[in-house]
Amino acid sequence: MEDVGSIVAFWVLSVVTVGAALMVVAVRNLIHAVLFLILSFIGVAGLYITLSADFVAITQILIYAGAISVLILFAVMLTPRAARDNAETFLQLPGLVLAALVGVTVGAIALVTDWNEATRGPFSETAAAIGEALLDKYVLPFEIASVILLAAMVGAIVLVRED
Amino acid sequence: MSVELSHYLMVGAILFSIGLYVALAKRNAVGILMGIELMFNAVNLTLIAFSRFVSPPTDVSGHVFVVFVITVAAAEAALALALAMVIYRNRETIDIDKINLMRW
Amino acid sequence: MIFLAEWWDVRDLGNAVGELLEWLGDHGPDWLPYTASALVGAITIVVFLLVSLLVFAWLERRLIGRIQARRGPNRVGPWGAFQSIADAIKFVTKEAITSANADRWVFWLAPILVVVPALVVFAVMPFNEGMILADLNVGVLFLVAVGSVTAIPIFMAGWSSNNKFSLMGAMREVAMLISYEIPLVLALLGVVIFTNTMRMNGIVGWQDEHNTWLIFLQPLAVLIYFIAGAVEINRTPTDIAEAESEIVAGYHTEYSGVKFGMFWLAEYFAGFAIAAIIATLYLGGWTLWGLEEWVPGWMIFLVKLYGLFWFFIWMRGTLPRLRIDQLMGFAWKALLPLALINIFFAGLEVLLWQENDLAAEAVLPGFAIANLVLAVVLIVAWAQLLGRGRPQYRPTRARLVKELGAVVYGEEA
Repeated sequence: MEDVGSIVAFWVLSVVTVGAALMVVAVRNLIHAVLFLILSFIGVAGLYITLSADFVAITQILIYAGAISVLILFAVMLTPRAARDNAETFLQLPGLVLAALVGVTVGAIALVTDWNEATRGPFSETAAAIGEALLDKYVLPFEIASVILLAAMVGAIVLVRED
Repeated sequence: MSVELSHYLMVGAILFSIGLYVALAKRNAVGILMGIELMFNAVNLTLIAFSRFVSPPTDVSGHVFVVFVITVAAAEAALALALAMVIYRNRETIDIDKINLMRW
Repeated sequence: MIFLAEWWDVRDLGNAVGELLEWLGDHGPDWLPYTASALVGAITIVVFLLVSLLVFAWLERRLIGRIQARRGPNRVGPWGAFQSIADAIKFVTKEAITSANADRWVFWLAPILVVVPALVVFAVMPFNEGMILADLNVGVLFLVAVGSVTAIPIFMAGWSSNNKFSLMGAMREVAMLISYEIPLVLALLGVVIFTNTMRMNGIVGWQDEHNTWLIFLQPLAVLIYFIAGAVEINRTPTDIAEAESEIVAGYHTEYSGVKFGMFWLAEYFAGFAIAAIIATLYLGGWTLWGLEEWVPGWMIFLVKLYGLFWFFIWMRGTLPRLRIDQLMGFAWKALLPLALINIFFAGLEVLLWQENDLAAEAVLPGFAIANLVLAVVLIVAWAQLLGRGRPQYRPTRARLVKELGAVVYGEEA
């Protein structure tokens, strides 16, 4: 990825993604935090596109920005106004230290390790290949995932039933 | 100046640590869920970056993995939010500092 | 391949743009053609939508006036034709109030973001063979993804207004969008199963190649998509999110002036988008069995689009508003099972067709007849099953809603 367009795209999208994630931490209003979270999801979808993962990028928007964030917004709305602040517990400082340590460790490993990089082909369409892999090589995980989804759906309905 | 694998890994690492901090330190149950979703996203980004830079171009295993993670994340979000609703209904709060039934 | 004809060939305006881009690529830096094509495409789409809006805002009021046995706007210009321009001036000149306790940033952002999904849909819409801004290989999935994010700006509008009616409208809208998303996606899946591609131009090409439209092969899916689409765009038979008689104006109660204008605009744009999706996926897009050789393809596409939009206007003028529990129950109890059965039969048919290497001319008419019979049988059977055929659902006198089992506030058990 040497051309100007993808470099600019990468930096803009990274700044948007990380900036929005930081705002999730910083803002005091939980609804604003969810909105910034959605922005972060969309930024990650953009990063997928710079990695020529078209199918995953669209899926990211569909599931994360369209479904999960709407679920979260719904949950926030169904709880009262007093529960809508985004404050920290007394574990703020230990959490900060631990998160920083993990981030530094992962980042250092990522920088130090000599990744065995393969030659990058041109952009290829992944949707058909993913479909074939899902129903061929990964058919058992695929079925298990559908069972998990069904179980989660039944579980969620049973949990929130009023009777 | 070009964009390499390490750039994507750094973005993933930063995103992961932000998500970890949110999951560890937020007082609101929904906020913790948001942190977990951020961590999922960071890991997905790393997987796709490896799929692009390390594995051969014909191999889409990384993408398939991300599709599975997204699926499980959706299931997890639905369940976690249902739990938050139930906790709110029973305890009138989703502040995890005050949910200490099993503490001692 | 795209540049089939000379640049002056108006049957495909993509030719002229293609020539321009080629010339720019030869004479300028690498990035210039991309920027130019993005600009030309975006400006064309916005201009097309705004012109359609100006015409249809007036036409809709005239048509509904005719349907309801009154005249409609007839004062501004001949037959009231400049009414839309007068309305636009009114929207711009009125004061855009921000209520005191509103969440200022979100309140301002929502009307801007609400237009985006409806506009972005047209990026993958083929107006003609070469007239498509981005021929994505995941086009159908892109439509679904964009449709799913429309809930967020509406939610932002409803929440930031700090008004109970706005919030109720937003909650209704989000619940409705989530429910109708599922039959909508399942209806689109039938198309992808038959055409074996998610590329919009590929789907149009498949329908052209087999000399058929997918509406004949997927009649039930078209009906489901049409109903679900009508719910998504939030127009009168299903506009429970802004039902005037129940919750003032729903999520845009607090909006006025140009900010309200944006919501109004977005509603129309979304209507055009749904009509364009149906025209492309089920009605053959810019093809009409060879007529596209003589008539510009984009004209054929526009005729189909406007014809479908007229159906929405007709529905708005004819049908009364549904109750929210009826609407939600309809999505889960009727549309979802029917869409699943439809997918099952579509998959079965394509399997039979592909595994036995049958000729398309032989099997497709059979599938069309079989699916039409299936659709009629399923709809009738489902209506009977859900009890709509029973005598108590065929009223002979006016009844209160609580006799029908609806929850009446203050009297629930």
